[in-house]
Amino acid sequence: MLIGAFKGANGGWTTSNVSQLVHQPYIQAYRESIEISGVTALLGGAIGLALAYAAIRDGTPRWIRSLLTTFSGVAANFGGIPLAFAFIATIGTIGIATQFMHNQLHLNVWQGADLFTKTGVEIVYLYFQIPLMVLVIAPAIDGLRREWREAASNLGANAWQFWRHIGLPVLMPSVLGALILLFGNAFAAYATAYSLTNGNVYIVPVVIGAYYTGNVFNNPHLGQALALGMFVVLVAMMLLYIPLQRRAARWAK
Amino acid sequence: MPYLELQGLERDFGTVKALDGIDISLGEGEFLSLLGPSGCGKTTALRLVAGFDRPDAGTIVVDGKDVTRVAPNKRDMGMVFQAYSLFPNMTARQNVEFGLRVRGQDKPDRRKRVDDLLELVGLAHAGDRYPHQLSGGMQQRVALARALAIEPRVLLLDEPLSALDAKVRVQLREEIRRIQLELGITTLYVTHDQEEALSVSDHVAVMYRGRIEQMGAPAEMYSAPATPFVAEFIGTMNRLEGTVVDPGAGTVDTGGRTITVEAARGKPRGARVLVLVRPETVQVAAANGAGGNTLTGEVLTHTFLGPVTRLRILSGEASLIADMPTARAAALPPGSKVDASLPSDEARLLDLTEEALPEIGEEPGPADR
Ligand SMILES: Nc1ncnc2c1ncn2[C@@H]1O[C@H](COP(=O)(O)OP(=O)(O)OP(=O)(O)O)[C@@H](O)[C@H]1O
Ligand SMILES: [Mg+2]
Repeated sequence: MLIGAFKGANGGWTTSNVSQLVHQPYIQAYRESIEISGVTALLGGAIGLALAYAAIRDGTPRWIRSLLTTFSGVAANFGGIPLAFAFIATIGTIGIATQFMHNQLHLNVWQGADLFTKTGVEIVYLYFQIPLMVLVIAPAIDGLRREWREAASNLGANAWQFWRHIGLPVLMPSVLGALILLFGNAFAAYATAYSLTNGNVYIVPVVIGAYYTGNVFNNPHLGQALALGMFVVLVAMMLLYIPLQRRAARWAK
Repeated sequence: MPYLELQGLERDFGTVKALDGIDISLGEGEFLSLLGPSGCGKTTALRLVAGFDRPDAGTIVVDGKDVTRVAPNKRDMGMVFQAYSLFPNMTARQNVEFGLRVRGQDKPDRRKRVDDLLELVGLAHAGDRYPHQLSGGMQQRVALARALAIEPRVLLLDEPLSALDAKVRVQLREEIRRIQLELGITTLYVTHDQEEALSVSDHVAVMYRGRIEQMGAPAEMYSAPATPFVAEFIGTMNRLEGTVVDPGAGTVDTGGRTITVEAARGKPRGARVLVLVRPETVQVAAANGAGGNTLTGEVLTHTFLGPVTRLRILSGEASLIADMPTARAAALPPGSKVDASLPSDEARLLDLTEEALPEIGEEPGPADR
């Protein structure tokens, strides 16, 4: 990939592939990719964390937890064309739920067309981002000892104070790690977005796909340059992550 | 007037009756130990007092006010847990400070108070360490300081020493008592270690199967156990089943051997009784057939306990334990034929009920660890 990115169509060395990346339309594709990945990682992370906590804390029946983790295990691996199709069939323009709302409830809040835009892609991505968060964060939530919550409450803290001073800081290293994972997960996703929007949402993997399969025109070297760019973005994320992680975990062994 | 009262506390977990009517009343500044084997309901009782759990019946009164339904963060109780309860993301100092911080106390006041408390528990030098940088004993000291920081109305400790090694355990229990006396704080202390309970408490309550078997001063619990369970649980006790032969003379037939027990006088003839004898009151000598209030048997084993040696003696069906000075025990090695004479006036007697006697191991420990 590294070598391919610097080769021209005629086989000679060139930096033109790479230098194109910072210009339109590619820079826009990176922006969209980063935005979709960032938004779905943060939203999916927050919702997944809340769900996992609700299912795991004392007082929740055990079967709820098993149900949630089993479902998450399935959903986190559900992606690509089948997932896109499932969404189109339920909340697409002529999806079951859309039709039902329209014809039976006479509600016109959701027309279904938004499913094929960036917002739609984000909604569909959340469908695997949330379960993935549930799966990766569950062990960390298990690690929150009952004694900490009880000691905090014993000392006069309310639930919010416990979360602010103990619960979240203790989970933070794991949460940061999980967010990176979610970001990468969305950043690399291709089939779901492509099959959902038919390539209309312009994210990097879709563009790369186009250059490889020759939909637009066949230029694998530009595709390799785009992939190299993705790699650079991920490295940048890691560089951001490492000091944050170190700070969050400074109290740990 | 009692300061802390538990009245008729009951708590069921499904079919398990964890607490079956607990009544305790404790004066201000007193130290009560809840002592009992694993699963008897000690932790359950303490959690009810702390407010982490609600009773199915009964009330908890502190200083004349019913707090049964008060939320735990409004109760002003200081709790020390068994282990690993320090907030891992905070230093020792921040842990101790936490209760004051959520109460909105000023920073300079807080600093002063935290310094004093760390000093009190002997950790003035370790305030900036994180919990994982502290030994188990130090962690428990910090936990104690943290609980004391809020000047709680009642201090609750749930087996705070059980995760520590023996030496630290003894040292720290004495320190807990010293601090408790110094601050005059009403304290409820849970333990399954009878020695610990007897050595530091004003009162001891022995629990068994969700009930209090007996409550009293440590010396009283040792010298005058009220039930077979307490007799067995506190200290080591020989138990001889027998039948009253002659109420006038106070004689009891223990499996073919007749011995005299003062306490048997006036009991109904033929009553089934349990004769209780402390090992240190049994006199052992080489067998000489002299009769008297003795059981004849053979030494099975020696257990060296420092100044005393514990002899296990088999006499007919019965097995008997006797403690004697180590210096003299050497003369009676395992295999020796001996006479074990029982003190007729120091032996205690309990009516033997139909209920099966509990079997207790040497060191009842929590099974759920
Ligand atoms: N949350 C719970 N759910 C179900 N059963 C429980 C619960 N808490 C306690 N029990 C049961 O209630 C009984 C008393 O438990 P408890 O923890 O109070 O015992 P304990 O005296 O503290 O024992 P240990 O010395 O082992 O700590 C036990 O049989 C235990 O299994
Ligand atoms: Mg317990």
